Amino acid sequence: MSVFHEIRFHGRGGQGTVSAAALMALAAFEDGFESQAFPKFGSERRGAPVEAYVRISSTMIRAHNQVYAPDAVVIQDAGLLRSEALLRGLKRGGLIILNGEQNPDSESRDFRWICLPASQLGERHLGRSLPNTVLLGALAASTEWVSLGALEQAVTKLLASKGETLIKANIAALREGVGFITQAEEVVA
Amino acid sequence: MKQLLEGSQAVAEAVRLCRPQVVAAYPITLQTHIIEGLAQQVANGELAAEFINAESEFGAASIVLGAVAGGARAFTATASQGLLLMTEVLYNIAGLRLPVVMVCANRAVGAPINIFSDHQDSMALRDAGWIQFYVESNQEAVDTLIQAYRIAEACELPVMVCMDGFFLTHTFESVELPTQAAVDDFLPPFHFARTLDPANPMTLGGGSEADNYQEYRSAKQAAVEDAQPVIEAFDAEFDDRFGRAHGGLLQAYRLHGAETALLGMGSLMGAVRDVVDKLRDRGQAVGALRLRCFRPFPAQALARYLSGVQRIIVLEKAISIGAGGILASELRAALHQAGMMMPVESVIGGLGGRDLTPQVIESVFHHLFGSKTGAVELRHLQALADARIRRYGLLDADTQWDTARAMQGMRHGRGGYAPSKPTSEMVKNGT
Repeated sequence: MSVFHEIRFHGRGGQGTVSAAALMALAAFEDGFESQAFPKFGSERRGAPVEAYVRISSTMIRAHNQVYAPDAVVIQDAGLLRSEALLRGLKRGGLIILNGEQNPDSESRDFRWICLPASQLGERHLGRSLPNTVLLGALAASTEWVSLGALEQAVTKLLASKGETLIKANIAALREGVGFITQAEEVVA
Repeated sequence: MKQLLEGSQAVAEAVRLCRPQVVAAYPITLQTHIIEGLAQQVANGELAAEFINAESEFGAASIVLGAVAGGARAFTATASQGLLLMTEVLYNIAGLRLPVVMVCANRAVGAPINIFSDHQDSMALRDAGWIQFYVESNQEAVDTLIQAYRIAEACELPVMVCMDGFFLTHTFESVELPTQAAVDDFLPPFHFARTLDPANPMTLGGGSEADNYQEYRSAKQAAVEDAQPVIEAFDAEFDDRFGRAHGGLLQAYRLHGAETALLGMGSLMGAVRDVVDKLRDRGQAVGALRLRCFRPFPAQALARYLSGVQRIIVLEKAISIGAGGILASELRAALHQAGMMMPVESVIGGLGGRDLTPQVIESVFHHLFGSKTGAVELRHLQALADARIRRYGLLDADTQWDTARAMQGMRHGRGGYAPSKPTSEMVKNGT
């Protein structure tokens, strides 16, 4: 079966936006897909808007362009909604994973919003308000584009040099994101 | 075994496999991850090299010059202003015929300051006497780096491997790293015949005046020209050993039967291949030619590959200010020399990181040579509504903006996404 997904991540420098994209690509690769991830950031750093792009494909990826028509957008900082065109190009019916309590656009039926307090959920495990792995867990659980096992392997691999404690904490944060989706699904069911 | 690696990380691994004895660099954005990777390897004891964090790019280039003159295999990397600051030393390295290998993480040149990718930096060094490769993918960056040491040391010429900043350096994609044993078999230990040695004193880099300077330049020109068959042979040998080749000097894509060919360099050619496939599926006779080796400039090979096409588009990410497209000018000269007079349209885009999307590339094909009859129709050029495009082939902001807007329009049947409330502000830039 032919698979092709494009994801755009929005965040601020220091929130692990680039790492989140890399983890998603690594997980897809672990699952046997071709994948690609790369960031776009300015010469500013912490606090400045950052974008990162992910492609997941069943065939070789040749293009190195940014992602313009994503299937999903992950927003790590709801404050960015005020100033950035975060949903540009998002496909109709596309998924938005927002680090925030509330859907800011509840009347729209164009997109599927998933809003979760990822910073707080992340803080439980990471000791500081980092939303990235929680959001990834939610993305993986709601799309099934990558397996949770592969995502955990990706965390283990990417954070190998950072030590066992941080790996475990991030895996717990991932599961927190997954749990948020599965609980929500149970409520709906 | 394939791995998913960041381009810079993959290059750092490839450098390690080449066993350099000296690594010297000064950090600059788009090159930093390569150098950080190498520093880490040295610190971890995985790479037995002297790592020197230089005081400037001028210093870094001078250190690798001295290292190679002293018989050591050396590596450096830089980008943009850093490459320009190295300029004087890079001319000397080339003039001294020292086999230095470096990576240029291609980045725009200021002013205005810009950290994103185009080819202006390395193109500014095109006359220095370095062999220059422009790679399309991170796999090619890895393989070309290993080939570069072999070529450099066999020809006693410096080699610059140019890879697009961000689009390659910061991109995680699948790469196969060769084994150390296989690289050792392909790349013998460095033995420099002219090594400076106090026990056997000689002069390297003595003066030369009007009676023989020109002969040195002429010999240098011949040496770089003569590298062409060496580059081809080593790429073929690499293919035998590793099962991958990258076209040697240049790489054709669906050129057979093509009436219109697009010539370009670097990572943009991946998207060009996708566009060629799409247009071919629609029955349009288009193809692509990727120039991998810009110096030496393979004029005859280019003419040979393009002999069957009726028209050529050159899409390039640098401009010779006051003249226009650099690659286009050189191609026209090469074709003229070969007695070939087909039209060559020069298009310059992707400057300062502006993305050459498949849509833009497609519009370049359509607007410049969109006629079904195959004749060049200037009105298609005029459709781009900017005289500068015709004069200098420079894709302007409006063209790309319009394309982006058209894309959104096509996709959503309207000008992008505009929710009524309460977040109309948040997407105003997207409508």
